[in-house]
Amino acid sequence: MRYLFWRLAVFVAACIAPVMWLHQAWILDLGPDPGKALVDRFGLGTLVLLLITLTMTPLHRITGWAGWVLVRRQLGLWCFTYALLHMLGYGFFILGFDWAQLGVELVKRPYIIVGSLAFLGLLALAVTSNRHSQRRLGARWKKLHRLAYLILGLGLLHFLWIVRADLKEWAVYALIGALLLVLRIPAIARRIPRLSNRRAGAATKV
Amino acid sequence: MLIKIPSASACKESDVTPESIYLSRRAVLGASLAGLAVSALPSWAQAADPVSQYDGVDAGSAPGWFKDKLPSTKWQAVTVQNEAITPYKDATHYNNFYEFGTDKGDPAQNADSLKTEPWTVVVDGEVGKPGRYALEDFMKPYQLEERIYRLRCVEAWSMVIPWMGFPISELLKQVEPTSKAKYIRFETLQDSKMMPGQRSSFALIDWPYVEGLRLDEAMNPLAILAVGMYGRELPNQNGAPLRLVVPWKYGFKSVKSIVRISLVSEQPKTTWQSIAANEYGFYANVNPTVDHPRWTQARERRLPSGLFSPNIRPTEMFNGYGEQVASLYTGMDLRTNY
Repeated sequence: MRYLFWRLAVFVAACIAPVMWLHQAWILDLGPDPGKALVDRFGLGTLVLLLITLTMTPLHRITGWAGWVLVRRQLGLWCFTYALLHMLGYGFFILGFDWAQLGVELVKRPYIIVGSLAFLGLLALAVTSNRHSQRRLGARWKKLHRLAYLILGLGLLHFLWIVRADLKEWAVYALIGALLLVLRIPAIARRIPRLSNRRAGAATKV
Repeated sequence: MLIKIPSASACKESDVTPESIYLSRRAVLGASLAGLAVSALPSWAQAADPVSQYDGVDAGSAPGWFKDKLPSTKWQAVTVQNEAITPYKDATHYNNFYEFGTDKGDPAQNADSLKTEPWTVVVDGEVGKPGRYALEDFMKPYQLEERIYRLRCVEAWSMVIPWMGFPISELLKQVEPTSKAKYIRFETLQDSKMMPGQRSSFALIDWPYVEGLRLDEAMNPLAILAVGMYGRELPNQNGAPLRLVVPWKYGFKSVKSIVRISLVSEQPKTTWQSIAANEYGFYANVNPTVDHPRWTQARERRLPSGLFSPNIRPTEMFNGYGEQVASLYTGMDLRTNY
């Protein structure tokens, strides 16, 4: 496998945060409301991973290094994993697995609706992330996976509706997200300078 | 990861522990402390810091006027039945005090920069005796009482905290509101040098923080101005040196680090109301039947909550203080006056 150590390093890096958080929760270092803290961290982690995943293609365009796109799928799957843990944590710690209440929340709370839609989007991308689906969907696969941009928008909206009094943190993430989307506008993408003349070649095939 | 999902009938440890033992232990300790106070002790013993009856309480450095009031404090003047008091560490490290940052841990980390001595409180508006007082003079007329109250945050978590303070009704007796006074308005310190949260240019809050009560609400014996908790002076992150505590309302009503108290004729425009009137009303009574638009208020997480036993419990109307306060709102539609 090419770039084995690079892939492993990414894998380990993505593992570290959740392992650390669970450890902190275990030793009672997350404060009096550890469940809520975990839900918040996995939620923010999902957003950060989505942003990192969306950075791989522009980085590849700029540097020409194939390693960036080689870890894109892995990062996307990590993003989904964090989102899944975020959802499970919400169900267990906030809802107490009260399904009737979940029904109410899904109908009444815009930020829950938007968050759930974003999760369904991530689920669709995770399920179709394998090579078999890529082959079967052909050209439609690429279109489908542009859903990531919509998911980013939904995720940011979900986050915005949770903010109560200070927009600074949200604004930083929103700005980075907007920049990553702007870089994908064809007219702008064409103008991205290449630092290396190395042909991207086969590396674009994920 | 092991996820234990207890069946509905399973008893939690907290259900089994006879909490009356907890409380009676505290009553014994409290009574012995009160006994200590009335017995004629040599002055050197009275001057010594009393040992707090709560576990894990930082010693702090109480101002002289506070220490002087300790011997005459009425311990356990109001208590709660069958409730465990929230550990001191949690009550002082999980705070909403946006003047020091929006994270729950920010106030404990940043509030050291707040200087509470000297402290001035202004009393003005529709009162017979307006004035500007040094805190020690402001506090002179009042005997401290310990009030153990449930605290329910609008964010759906809750704690049980032993406050020390005095009823607002006693303050009103001192300052003599005029017939035009209909509301009482409280204002938090505005000082961006001491309060880093006030320096954020992305904050949605228009400082200073303002809260208010209807005059009859303020007269209710449960409404107090607090200067201490857990047997000591208020830690900075909990609103030192003077804060409001209204246990039947969501926590954000209980304004911290008060510098100005005004009697006014019009309903004051409160901070959260100004940010989002559809989410935070003037009354903000704890009410499980009226949801916050973004989350349910039917239940709450009583902190500390364990990783494997989220301490979720139903929220009570008026936070369980209905007997004492429901009459304030007879004839009012609490769905529109949330």
